[in-house]
Amino acid sequence: MPKSAKVSSLINLIGVFALYFLFLAIFESGIFGAKTDYFKGIATTACYTIIMVTSLNLLVGIMGEFSLGHAGFMSVGAYASAVFTNAIANSGIPDFPMFLLALLVGGAAAALTGFLVGVPALKLRGDYLCIVTVAFAEIIRVCFTNFKITGGGRTMSGIAKLSDFYWVYWVTVVCVTLMFLLIRSRFGRTVRAIREDYIAAEASGVNVTFYKVATFTISAFFAGVAGAIYAHYMTAMIPTSFNFAYSAEFLTEVIIGGAGSMTGSIIGATFLSALPEAMRTFARYRMLAYSIVLVIVMIFRPGGIFGTWEFSLTRLLKKIFRVKGTAPGGKGADAAKAGKTGKGASV
Amino acid sequence: MSIFLQALINGLNQGAIYALIALGYTMVYGILRMINFAHGDFIMVGAYTIFYTAPIMVSYGMPAWMAVLIAVVVCAIVGVLVERIAYKPVRGSGSISALITALAMSLFLENLAMVLFGPNPKTVLKIFKLPMITILGAKIQMKYLLTLGIGIAIMILMNVFVHATRIGKAMRAVPQDKEAATIVGIDVDRIITLTFAIGCALAAVAALMYVSTYPRCTTDMGSMMGIKAFIAAVLGGIGIIPGAMLGGIIVGLIEIFVKIYLAPGWYEAITYGILIVVLLIKPSGILGKNTGVKV
Amino acid sequence: MTEKKAVSAEVPKETPVLKAVHLGISFGGLKAVDDFNMEIGRSELVGLIGPNGAGKTTVFNLLTGVYKPTEGAFYLNGKKMNGRKTYQVVEEGIARTFQNIRLFKKMTVLENVKVAMNKDMHYSPLASIFRTNSFWREEHDTDERAMELLDIVGLGDKKDAMAMNLPYGQQRKLEIARALGTNMRLLLLDEPAAGMNPVETDELLDIINNIRRTFGISVLLIEHDMSLVMRVCERIQVIDYGVTIAKGTPEEIAHNPRVIEAYLGKQAEKEVLNMKDASGHVIGEEGSAAAADAEPDKAEKPDETAGAGTPNR
Repeated sequence: MPKSAKVSSLINLIGVFALYFLFLAIFESGIFGAKTDYFKGIATTACYTIIMVTSLNLLVGIMGEFSLGHAGFMSVGAYASAVFTNAIANSGIPDFPMFLLALLVGGAAAALTGFLVGVPALKLRGDYLCIVTVAFAEIIRVCFTNFKITGGGRTMSGIAKLSDFYWVYWVTVVCVTLMFLLIRSRFGRTVRAIREDYIAAEASGVNVTFYKVATFTISAFFAGVAGAIYAHYMTAMIPTSFNFAYSAEFLTEVIIGGAGSMTGSIIGATFLSALPEAMRTFARYRMLAYSIVLVIVMIFRPGGIFGTWEFSLTRLLKKIFRVKGTAPGGKGADAAKAGKTGKGASV
Repeated sequence: MSIFLQALINGLNQGAIYALIALGYTMVYGILRMINFAHGDFIMVGAYTIFYTAPIMVSYGMPAWMAVLIAVVVCAIVGVLVERIAYKPVRGSGSISALITALAMSLFLENLAMVLFGPNPKTVLKIFKLPMITILGAKIQMKYLLTLGIGIAIMILMNVFVHATRIGKAMRAVPQDKEAATIVGIDVDRIITLTFAIGCALAAVAALMYVSTYPRCTTDMGSMMGIKAFIAAVLGGIGIIPGAMLGGIIVGLIEIFVKIYLAPGWYEAITYGILIVVLLIKPSGILGKNTGVKV
Repeated sequence: MTEKKAVSAEVPKETPVLKAVHLGISFGGLKAVDDFNMEIGRSELVGLIGPNGAGKTTVFNLLTGVYKPTEGAFYLNGKKMNGRKTYQVVEEGIARTFQNIRLFKKMTVLENVKVAMNKDMHYSPLASIFRTNSFWREEHDTDERAMELLDIVGLGDKKDAMAMNLPYGQQRKLEIARALGTNMRLLLLDEPAAGMNPVETDELLDIINNIRRTFGISVLLIEHDMSLVMRVCERIQVIDYGVTIAKGTPEEIAHNPRVIEAYLGKQAEKEVLNMKDASGHVIGEEGSAAAADAEPDKAEKPDETAGAGTPNR
């Protein structure tokens, strides 16, 4: 591993821990008093939204296809994990392993669905693919409405409350890091080539179908993980929550942050999931304002607020301290992803 | 038999509503290659207009259905405004921008309605006071036949319009080749505006048919109707006017027949499933022409 | 070089790199390519010419698995390639460039080449997640090999530029470098000189000859510019309306009345003269590679040109 990569990985690891301790200090000091749990809830919402939006960004920003059915995969993860934890509720497994198992089950179920949807759907491209993702998400929703085990159209409640904010924080860090490292590898490079020109990619020896289905499956996996967090945070849910409007919300968050920019997705998801709560008193006008902002962003910055720019903690520190050390070339710069890229360094 | 006939009439009526909305989707897609996700919300705009103006019509001694004339005008104006203010500036910025802008406008219209009219559903007064009739032992609401008739009449009119009039021909020419259309003297911007106006006006008529069947309007009534109508447009072959009509009728019939004969809870899944199968077999839809990518 | 020249006019003796037998495809009853036969030997450069819409690019699409042939078969190093998908054909060793440039526009020049090298990289997704040594080593090695290829086409100093920001001529060269990245045995070039100025065209010829020498690969060239084809190709095949109407050395092709009629139409005489002038002129001037390759006909070609020219006059 090049030295610059080691350094920036270490810096990011420190950054992630610093952010963690900041949250710890805020929530444990009790400065919000009785409202602490409320703010923890907002932070948890922000976390699973971040996973949703970054995983959708894999499809939109990296692969260049837009999906309007991402909430469908989320619901698969949510319901699968909820059914699973309900089934083993009395087995005496402690909460944390139970939580991790729930995430894996949710992710795996969504990944399997993503694979089954992706194989036929990815024969299509562009608008047609977009429509088919809507159709599949609606079919999934109808299934959960009719299945008895998922509440049969009524609220499925009594799901164990496992999504503790501190756990969810680390899950989010790991998920985003995994996606980021995958993008900055030969896998990501190949998928970006497919986005740019699939015919040329095929003519360069790339098995386009394989990479597309793989990307779709991976994206669905992380949506499923987010769904599992959602289920075990909400503890009650109804299939209609995972509707077209929810999918559309994720897509707009990807685009407004900047398709292809993980930074944009993270910041976009954080603000857009925290703002509704902050603006609760203006609830009536909130979505109105949001839609106007969306149109304005699309008119003046069609590439999204952050475009394809990525925030780098290493770069920022260098700027601040004017370190003249060796510039991180190639993969070194790649690994320098702020706040979220600790994992790579630890191995 | 009587149930079958009833289902058929219901399905055709439902299908005609979808077809009228699908026409708006298909015409806009044909010209701009853009999925106008806000289009479904025009049925909501039309329905609320009818809700507010129908009592006024009645109080002046006119029939309630005359409110549709006002709805047509309101929808056309709102449609043109949306096109001019939001869609035109992003026309050159790629399909994702256009899609997001359309989603944003859908959000905008729904939430504007929420602010203006409140979250509670409104009950529209009875539009048609017609009796039930019996054909071949089947009890059929006369108003279904009437709205179905209106739907069919509008579709025939649309076909005549796009084939026989100068503007209609221009509307068919622009989707095929924008540059060539400009060269032969067609004002493309004007045609686009006109397309939005006509599409939204048709949605207003669909709104009349809808509220006379189900006399309720809610702020989100447009989005679900819109998606189904859009599915209908794609099923028939998006960008093709007869395709939208065919697709609409098919979706309406599937919905009603599955509800009555198969499994009431699954009708949406079956509609979407059929769409997926059709797209996989023939990506350009039932009436669409297949166009490969040139290498 | 001379021995290659000797076989070029007939069938190559060793197993041909490419062998197409009765290859054909119809679209809705219309035969776009019919009974296409071709053999290309090791490090040979063969030209495929024909008027617009003759089916040249369709042949390329058949040879790269974009279209499935409805008749016949083609073999790479004796291995049947029918029915394989494009990426599988590329894995076996046929790579191509495109008439209308198809680069990965918003990726760097280096990345463009590295995408083509992906099939020779082996580290797993887990290796990329944990950034293992194999990850860093393979990325580093691929960088180096990609740089070698970029140096060959003269783009070494542009490695971090966005492909879309390159000038037109360099974009065509990058396409060649990317094709080289697939490590192929046979390179299909679809009008590589289209839109290039004479200086760039000469550079391109040097590159083509250079990669043939360095890698021992064979090249099948579609080109509109007759003079270019006459200058570089050892053998030429002419198709019109999907049917092969002539095969042979450049001289034979230049004499062939059917070619002149099909390819040049009524303006035949005039064009033939220009074409001959161009080919004669270049053979005389461009000393190095082409002349060395074409040693035997260096002396005879200008004569031929003059000879062919006179009767037309």
